[in-house]
Formats: sequence, C-alpha cells, structure tokens
Amino acid sequence: MNNLNSLVFFWPELLLSVTILTAILADLFYSKKDSFKVVYWSLGGMFLTYIAIRLQDIEPTSLFMGTVAHDPFSQFFKILILISTAIVMLMSLVSGELKKYRMGEYFSIMTIMTFGLFLMTSSIDILMVYLSIEIVSIMSFFLAGYLKRNSLSNEASLKYVIYGAFSSGIMLYGLSILFGLTGSTNFFEMQKAISLLGADSNLALVLSTVFILVGFGYKISAVPFHFWTPDVYEGSPSTITAYLSIAPKAAGFALMLRFFNQVFGDMSIDISTSWSAINNVPWPELIAVLSAATMTVGNLVAIQQNNVKRMLAYSSIAHAGYMMMAIPMMSNSSIEGVMMYLIMYLFMNLGAFFVVIYVKDQIGGEDYNSFDGLGWKMPYVAIPMTLFMVALTGLPPTAGFVGKFYIFAAVIESGSRFYWLAFVGVINSVISLYYYIRVVRHMYLIGERNDEFINPSSKLVLSLLVVLAIPSFVFGWYFSPIAEWISKSTIMFQGM
Amino acid sequence: MENLSNYLVISSILFSLGLFGVVTRRNGVAVLMGVELILNAANLNFLAFARFGGMNMSGHVYALFVIVLAAAEAAVALAIIINIFNNFNTINIDDVSEMKQ
Repeated sequence: MNNLNSLVFFWPELLLSVTILTAILADLFYSKKDSFKVVYWSLGGMFLTYIAIRLQDIEPTSLFMGTVAHDPFSQFFKILILISTAIVMLMSLVSGELKKYRMGEYFSIMTIMTFGLFLMTSSIDILMVYLSIEIVSIMSFFLAGYLKRNSLSNEASLKYVIYGAFSSGIMLYGLSILFGLTGSTNFFEMQKAISLLGADSNLALVLSTVFILVGFGYKISAVPFHFWTPDVYEGSPSTITAYLSIAPKAAGFALMLRFFNQVFGDMSIDISTSWSAINNVPWPELIAVLSAATMTVGNLVAIQQNNVKRMLAYSSIAHAGYMMMAIPMMSNSSIEGVMMYLIMYLFMNLGAFFVVIYVKDQIGGEDYNSFDGLGWKMPYVAIPMTLFMVALTGLPPTAGFVGKFYIFAAVIESGSRFYWLAFVGVINSVISLYYYIRVVRHMYLIGERNDEFINPSSKLVLSLLVVLAIPSFVFGWYFSPIAEWISKSTIMFQGM
Repeated sequence: MENLSNYLVISSILFSLGLFGVVTRRNGVAVLMGVELILNAANLNFLAFARFGGMNMSGHVYALFVIVLAAAEAAVALAIIINIFNNFNTINIDDVSEMKQ
C-alpha cells in the first residue's frame, strides 16, 4: 500500500505522535512542582490510542510500501504495551525517588518509547527493525539515567548505552550480510531469496543469523548477551526497571517471532498450524540452547542475590528463557504460548516491582532484610507480594501457572526433538521456588512480631496493588476470554 | 580494484577493528568510537552490495538512516558520559562500578 493510503490504517500511531507533541508542549507551561501533570496528557492520549486500536479493522495488510504490518498479531502486542505503559506511569506518580526531579520529560520520553515499541511489533522490513530498535534503545538510555545526581543511575545508563550501541551495531552488520545474500530489505522477499540460495552460502547465512541474534538477544536479555541486565536494572529508577522488564521484552519477542518465523521459516507458504526452518539454517537449535542457558544462568545467579530488585532482574532473565523455549517450536501454539506468558508475566512482575518500590519508600531499603516482619507491618503489601511470588514461581492456581502451562504444552506438542528443553524448564521452575519463597519467609517468619502498623500512603497505592493482584490470581483459573483473544491474535501478515 | 570482494574485505577489517576497540579500550569515548567503526563497516557493506549487486535503492537508503541514527545515538551517549564525568570525575568505564555482587 502506498504512503498516503497507509495513513488511514496508521491512526493509533498518529494519535500517539500527537500525544508526544502535546506532552512536550504541555511540559513548558508547568512549574517544576506541577510538571508531573504531564502524565494526564500522556495517559489521555494513550487511552485514545487504545480506542483507535480497538476500533480498527484487523484485516492483515502491509503499510508504507511493505515496511509496517497491520495485523491482529501486532494489535495484540500494542494493547499489551499500552497497558504496561499506563500501569508504570501510575506507579511513577507514587515513587519517591523520582520526586526530586522534573517529571514532565520523563512521561514524554516514555510516550516516545511506546511509539517505538509499536513499530517494533509491526515491522516487516529490516530497515524498520533497526529504526524501531534504536528509537526504543535511545529512549531507554535516557530513562535509565533519569536520576541525574544518583551515581548508580549514571552507571546504569553508561553500561546500558555501551552494551546497547555495541549489540545493535553487531546486529546491523548481520543484517547487512543478509541484505547482501538476498538483495532485499523486506521479510517476505528475503525469505523467497533465502530458500533459493545454494549450500555454498550457508556459512554466511549462519554467521548473519548469529549476529542478528546478538541484537535480539540483547533486547530480551538472553544469556550470553545479558551482562547489562542486573546492573541496569539495579541502578535505574525502579519504575523504569519494571518497565524495561516488560514492554521492550514483549516487543522484542514479537519481533523475534515475526523475524525468525517469516524470514527463516516457511510460515507464509500455506497457512498451517506448524512449519519448519528453510534451507536448514540451524536457528531453532541455536535458540533452544540459548533458552536453556538463559533460564539456568538466570535462576542460579538469582539464588545468590541479597538485593530483591537485583534478584528480580535475574529472575526476569530466567523468565525470558522460559518464553524463548517456545520460539523454536514454529507452531501456532508456540505463538499463543509466548502471548499468554507475557500477559500473565505483565501483572505479576509489575506487581512485584511495585512492592519493591513501595517498600523502598517506606522502609528505606531493597534487600531481603527490609522485608522482615512486613506481614504484620503492612499486610496490604505482604499478601499481594506473596501472591506475586507464588505466581512468578508458576504454581497453581495463580496466573503464572497458566503461562507456564501454555509454554510447556507448546514444547511437548512439537515432538520428541525438544523434550530435553521442557525437562530443563521444569527443573528451573523448581529452583526458582527457593528464592521467591525466601521473600515470603522474610515477610512472615523472620523478624519480631509487633503491633506497629504502617498505613498505606495513598489510595493510589492500594488501588494499584489491587489492580495488579486480582489478575495475577483470577487469570489462574478463569482465562477463557484471554485464551479466545489470543487464538484470534496469532494471525500475522503473510506477504502479498 | 572495482569489485565487491575488496569492499567486503575492507568492511570486515573495519568491523574487527571496531570489535577490538570496544573490547580493549577503557575510555568511554574510545569505546564509542569502536561502535562507530562497527556501524560504518555495516554501512560500507550495504553500499557495496547495493552498488555491485545491481539492487534497488534500499541499500543506499538504509545507509542514510544508519548515519542519522548513529549521530543520534552518539549525542545521547556523549551526554551520558558528560554526566558520568560530573559525578565520578573520570570517564574510565572500569572506575565507574559501584554495583558489584
């Protein structure tokens, strides 16, 4: 579709761009004390964007000369990203560490990042892939270093910018090799060209696959490209840590699913429920090994942490490993598995991070000892936190169980080739029980019981806890509407 | 002289130099220069493939976009490094590590 006609389908993104400009302009009219009010403009614009997405006709097409896809798959991820951005913006309003800084830019930068994430979920051209990844990366460098006078935040942004620029550079080199092999930047034309390549170009193909995996692996913090994660997560403002562990990861998984299935898989040849890798590029095995390594390293290092925020950083690496298990399966149920896991993970992980933010503001620390006796001091925090920890482990009847169930079902369904991967995943879930339950133990069993009771600091805190806790519990046994929504959302644009 | 493989050799040399720079340099600005070398190696690849492969304009357009994005990224990275210098009085990335566990 040409550029002018595409604009009709680009309404949500256009609304989001107007929101960004409005937020930047609105910030000029507020004093430093009032500048947090930009959040109302951002949230209002995002609500309109949500309605625009919902009203759209979701017949799969491609926009802007075949660079952006418009399909149910990207629509699903856009809604997921909007929900997580809205929750994190509300969390930022109660976070104490951000209060010392001007908040206007913070919210407008977050809105720009949302725009980049939208493009990431829908790009079907390697130019758009690089462009959207860079929009998201550059904005997250800003946000990680937002606490300008805090040396930990400075360190986080420095590490992030160096790792980010380095890995996106390597990905770009891989993409350039792929461009040379196929002569096109469009996913579908690349796929056709790759299936016609002879065996003599296999080395170059594998090399470019590995280089491209560096970029994607960095975005979803898969092991060997995870070194930035713990430091960036610990140093950044906690709200941004929560955001980085959800939204860019969801978009990264959307991009990975689309890229590997459509460029290196024969997904578009006919619409079936499973497909296979073309030209024997060994990417499924590569991702399977990375996934096993990711969850094992994430879990084993998480055990040794004394800082709960850092523990959650390693646990988010482990969760990325679980989700990566589904990607090499190349079936409809694997896409459903990733989607289901991301929805469940959104609520329980944001909830856990929110509790850490709130405890830091009230008690003054992020390590396990700050959680001592919380069960009596702040039961309204300790009960949801217990729920989030159980859900992150993946025990029934919480949301985490449903997510894990979908992923493991997809792995088992694809045959005996990947049984070992499911086995590694189960072992890892058991290991993770140790460090999640340790938080619960500190809240209820360690520390003297006393009658000190700390009142919740605002209604917003309580309502956010409830909004995050209810889905983490209810989706564990009532998820048929979500399952229905997901099964309709696996449809990707399949080329002309 | 006018053939594709010469350009590819140059670009892979540039890429390796960039990789070497990022891994060995401890000065923040020097690390960024290594990253720029990697980006330029990729750019050279795109242009060489577009020129010799008889392909359409997309390779040239890609290179233009990469140049713009590299500039944006360098601007942000330098701002962060200035901020680091204000707080730590150094831009040696090994000295900027308070988080260790």
